[in-house]
Amino acid sequence: MTTATPTLALPTDWRDFFALTKPRVMSLVVFTGLCGLLAAPGHIHPVLGFTAILCIALGAGGSGALNMWWEADLDKGMRRTAARPLPAGRMDRTSARDFGIALCAGSVLVMGLAIGVLAGLLLALSIVYYVVGYTIWLKPRTPQNIVIGGGAGAFPPLIGWVAVTGDITAMPLLLFAIIFIWTPPHFWSLALFVQSDYAKVGIPMLPVVSGEATTRVQILIYSALLLPLAVAPWAIGGTGAVYGVAALTLSAVFLACAVPVGLRRTEPSDAMKPEKRLFKFSILYLFALFGMLVADRLATVQGWQV
Amino acid sequence: MTDPTPPRTLATMSAAETEAWRARQKSRNRIMGLVMGGLAILFFAITIVKLGAKTQGAG
Repeated sequence: MTTATPTLALPTDWRDFFALTKPRVMSLVVFTGLCGLLAAPGHIHPVLGFTAILCIALGAGGSGALNMWWEADLDKGMRRTAARPLPAGRMDRTSARDFGIALCAGSVLVMGLAIGVLAGLLLALSIVYYVVGYTIWLKPRTPQNIVIGGGAGAFPPLIGWVAVTGDITAMPLLLFAIIFIWTPPHFWSLALFVQSDYAKVGIPMLPVVSGEATTRVQILIYSALLLPLAVAPWAIGGTGAVYGVAALTLSAVFLACAVPVGLRRTEPSDAMKPEKRLFKFSILYLFALFGMLVADRLATVQGWQV
Repeated sequence: MTDPTPPRTLATMSAAETEAWRARQKSRNRIMGLVMGGLAILFFAITIVKLGAKTQGAG
């Protein structure tokens, strides 16, 4: 019998801690949070604006770390996620959990003290929603998990807006609703052409549980709902024509991309071009829509529009 | 009965292993230092802005 020499593992690389924060997701969170902050009526000192965005990013990063801590076993069973720090064995679970809790608690505390109680509470709510409501509770239980997860991604512009105004009005709620409704067609169009191994680890994704036909119909329904919702900020007078015309055009193109996806069925050796087109456009759509929201605010402040 | 394979410590590591260990620690410490320094500057800036806002409000 041989006795293995106990190894003294290297301290975890800081890059692995950084990877826990899901930097790519964080970049989208920073962008939408910043757009919410810049589009809100009112003024915020640049230092406080930077602090608000930093807290939103750190809160999202901490949530990502807690998500990876909770799903470490699932991640091990999927090709896409097997190389993450926890399933690959480059970090112990306790460190990931503590890192996530520290980021979440720190970001909420600083947001509450430096920006305002409401912004801090909303950030805390978004973290609890994502970590407990989505990751722990509903993701493994319902094929509508993507719809629920979309809510977590919808918080940043709401928090960014509230950081400036200090109250919740129809406009930030509409920004929340736009991302909430945008997420399902964005993700499901990807799920139609990328073979994921969620089913292997027991996560009930809609295309696997309910089938391709249902997924396509739901993509079409959400895309149709997105059009009036995206135009609503203009309709209620919250923005000017710069945003309104852009939202109408972008959402019409989005719907035009979704119609063929909703009405067709996958053929043998299908290139899945409509699905790929919708997925690519959905990313451009969100960046352009929120970018135009900021442009609209700028045009109003400069007096270029009423 | 004694254990023939004592647990490995930094003292029993080879030179190359010790070097790798120290390098990893150093890179972590450097990042930690940057984060702490950044936070100190940020908290100082927030305090100045908040104090300034209060002073203007009082005036």
